[in-house]
Amino acid sequence: MSDFLEARFAVRRDGFELDLGFAAAQGEVLAVLGPNGAGKSTLLAVLAGLLRPSSGFVRVGDRLLTDVPVRGKPRLVAPEHRAVGLLGQDGLVFPHLTALENVAFGPRSVGMRRGDAPRHAAGWLEAVGLADLAARRPAELSGGQRQRVALARALAAEPQVLLLDEPLAALDVGVAPQLRQLLREQVARTGTTTVLVTHDVLDAVVLADRVLVLDGGAVVDEGPTAQVLAAPRDPFTATMAGVNLVVGEARDGGVRAPDGRHVVGREALEPGGQAAAVFAPSAVAVHTRPPAGGSPRNVWRTHVVALEPGQAVIRVRTAGRPELVAALAPAAVAELGLGEGTEVWLSVKATEVGLHRR
Amino acid sequence: MTLTERRATIDAAAAPRTTAAPRPVAVGVPRLLYVFAVIGLGLLTLPVLALLVRADWPGVPAAITSPEALSALGLSLRTALAATLLCLLLGVPLAVVLARTSSRVADVVRALVTLPLVLPPTVGGIALLYLLGRRGLVGEQLDLLFGLRIPFTTSAVVIAQAFVALPFLVIAVEGALRSAGDRYEVVAATLGAGRWTVLRRITLPLVGPGLVSGTVLCFARALGEFGATALFAGNSAGVTRTMPLAIYTAFNGAGVTQDSAVALSLLLVAVAVVILVLSRAWRPGGRG
Repeated sequence: MSDFLEARFAVRRDGFELDLGFAAAQGEVLAVLGPNGAGKSTLLAVLAGLLRPSSGFVRVGDRLLTDVPVRGKPRLVAPEHRAVGLLGQDGLVFPHLTALENVAFGPRSVGMRRGDAPRHAAGWLEAVGLADLAARRPAELSGGQRQRVALARALAAEPQVLLLDEPLAALDVGVAPQLRQLLREQVARTGTTTVLVTHDVLDAVVLADRVLVLDGGAVVDEGPTAQVLAAPRDPFTATMAGVNLVVGEARDGGVRAPDGRHVVGREALEPGGQAAAVFAPSAVAVHTRPPAGGSPRNVWRTHVVALEPGQAVIRVRTAGRPELVAALAPAAVAELGLGEGTEVWLSVKATEVGLHRR
Repeated sequence: MTLTERRATIDAAAAPRTTAAPRPVAVGVPRLLYVFAVIGLGLLTLPVLALLVRADWPGVPAAITSPEALSALGLSLRTALAATLLCLLLGVPLAVVLARTSSRVADVVRALVTLPLVLPPTVGGIALLYLLGRRGLVGEQLDLLFGLRIPFTTSAVVIAQAFVALPFLVIAVEGALRSAGDRYEVVAATLGAGRWTVLRRITLPLVGPGLVSGTVLCFARALGEFGATALFAGNSAGVTRTMPLAIYTAFNGAGVTQDSAVALSLLLVAVAVVILVLSRAWRPGGRG
């Protein structure tokens, strides 16, 4: 597999150093996770051509967009010639243009004819479900609608690489899931190679094929999303992710784990395709004998792999693919007499489990 | 009595006995400020009021339709318009460059731009003479090479007006550009827009209100310009005698009475009011 996007660079400023390398295949979605100040925004600025790194390069396809050799003349393709799109937390929809004019801006700028651009833009607005609101100005749209316009505008410019900078962070919790699904559909439909910066593990779960964890200016963890989030190697990912994540086939209204366990959630999923079930370790109850039936829930038999100290809780890791973690108070662990190898039954209420298409 | 007890007492005393419509309470300003504010307002408006009261109204129509008055008004409008266009042509680029540069040089340039604001216009007029006058730094060369003599022509009026009015436009537009920031421009660039496209379709439309108010201020300042014009362009009827110069001439009684000076002043006041009203009426990006 030849990498479509490849970047390897260092940015040094007083008191801050970012030094990393990564690559993404064509059409791949790479999520960059990390705490504040880890260098996520700096990374995007370098990719977009808004910041010249101290050294290193950015390559997309066979075009070298940024090239700052240790010795020699630095070369930087201007942002307008990179075909690298950017969608941030605030979509920055141009306030003086209508939704349609906003979306047509990219095509018009690269020379599409005045007559063709609006038709082209209308198609994109339809793709994000805003066909009716083409004539509205941003002030007459909701935050979620504005972000849809911004997405349509970014995609209409047909970028080779799309940069998403916390694209859902400023939206209401009620609106974010819809837009997350829309992002997933559109990115998949267009096959756009995407770098997504986020602090929300759900964004990575739903959107990303692979995850890169950045801390203190360096890559501390990297790999397929499910693997990195389920078995975090880095303490930051562990606290941030800190979730049980079961990725598998959507079947019987729930998710079928690689080891065959079935997870049901708050609402039923249409069968077919990939999906992820997400639930907190604190939602997992641990029993030493089969629990009695009650409200709809998930019950699995397994055994304890390890007990790990957490913040005021003990993280009980249990066997399976993936391993599932329960967070228990130390007193509960003592009462149940849990230790490595103890046979246990885990139960999780369906209402505690979020199901997400991937 | 502790503070809590006292507060409890106050609360009890203030407890409403009847229901009243809720009314927001502002933090408020010291009362004394109102006194000075009113005096300040009086300083701004009373002179104009005095002008209106003092005017010899029956004589006004004749005074303002006299050939001298109409010629001065026409010249004033033409030159102020030309000066405003010149300011737009030179001032907008200056404002954009200043707003989007963050070097030490820009700070110095910004200080230089405000120079005509703090300089008495008469000093500006003398300075223009020493630059473009017949023996001036550049004027001498212009005369020798092209036979071009600027002082005491209508062009000199336009240059003098542009000199004093340009800072108003630059400051207004630069301020608008700075507060708008460059975030939209960055997005536009990532969408593939070149620099001219970004300037034309994003930067300038976004600062539209600032651009309009800057242009209005610039035009008003050009219309009222007196000192620099008097020294650099002189006071010859039909060529350089704009309204302010015509008013000054009339007031000093060179052939006409003070009454016609007042009438001409009223005309200029009316023009200023019209400009202000028009600029308020046109609000881009408003509800529509």
